[in-house]
Amino acid sequence: MLLGLDFPPISHVTRWPNIFFDGTPFGINKTVLIYFASVIITLAFFFYAARRHQLVPRGVQNLAESSIDFVREGIILQTIGPEGMGYLPFLTTMFFFIFFINIFEILPFIQFPGNARIAVPMFLALLVWFMFNIVGIAKQGFGHYIKSSVVPPDVPKPILPLLVFIEFISVFLVRPFSLAIRLFANMLAGHLILVTFAILSSAIFGAAVYFKIGAAFPFALLVALTAFEILVSALQAFIFTILTGVYIGLSMHPEH
Amino acid sequence: MHDFLFAAQQAGELAKGLTAIGRGIVYGGAAIGPGIGIGLVVGNAITAMARQPESAGTVRTTMFLGIAFTEALALFGFVLAFIISG
Repeated sequence: MLLGLDFPPISHVTRWPNIFFDGTPFGINKTVLIYFASVIITLAFFFYAARRHQLVPRGVQNLAESSIDFVREGIILQTIGPEGMGYLPFLTTMFFFIFFINIFEILPFIQFPGNARIAVPMFLALLVWFMFNIVGIAKQGFGHYIKSSVVPPDVPKPILPLLVFIEFISVFLVRPFSLAIRLFANMLAGHLILVTFAILSSAIFGAAVYFKIGAAFPFALLVALTAFEILVSALQAFIFTILTGVYIGLSMHPEH
Repeated sequence: MHDFLFAAQQAGELAKGLTAIGRGIVYGGAAIGPGIGIGLVVGNAITAMARQPESAGTVRTTMFLGIAFTEALALFGFVLAFIISG
């Protein structure tokens, strides 16, 4: 109490009680429900757009087709090239899955980004790690793939051991770790900022009558930050997807 | 000052105070590099888009990629600041 440093721990806004199956390892809490909902929304969106599809798209089909076109032009053609078209379903699904999980951060009554827990970012990063390694090994053979990943071209021989060590850590360890942490930390930071300003606004508003007008300033900032979090949700989904494309592209075409 | 520190230690809050200072130093130090880095990336991207407007799409995509890489480092520091317990 002396230094006024008694904050509640972070787990109070990120750890939710189990709603179903409490006590078992398969307990379902708010975060798991958000994951389920995102799966259902992604599948439902694309299935509904493809039902009775017409040659000239309208409505939901138009929206789905322009999003797939965005992934194709903005991500695959920029990073993998024309032979990466086989990865279009994978990257589209990943983009929309992550985006729908992130967008729960600003929806009223839910207001929790599922990616503020490390589970899904970690598993998606592991999935991407397996993908780009398996693609590289299938395309180039195991020895040639390792060699082209960790040995940059035109390097003088004495510096080679140190450089191979650094490149090995950078390619095989830092890439999945930073993918997961980038998504997780962005979402967690956004959630903490929104929670802080919401509590601040409500605390100032709940004070004496002549203080209430002071709540307008943190509330205005809260509105602006919510709009910013919409941008961050879409941007983090896009960055995860385009980095997946970059890593797969680097495995398919080693830079020579 | 010495009496204040002594009273804080007696109340068991010296650890909390030092933890708070440590968290501030961790995040403050982690935010310097990416701040400069993102400024450089976006500045050069703006120059590139001004010199050749028809490559603006490609430059913009690469700019976002560069921002993601550098911002990740600042966020490692942010997450570490919260992980530090005291």
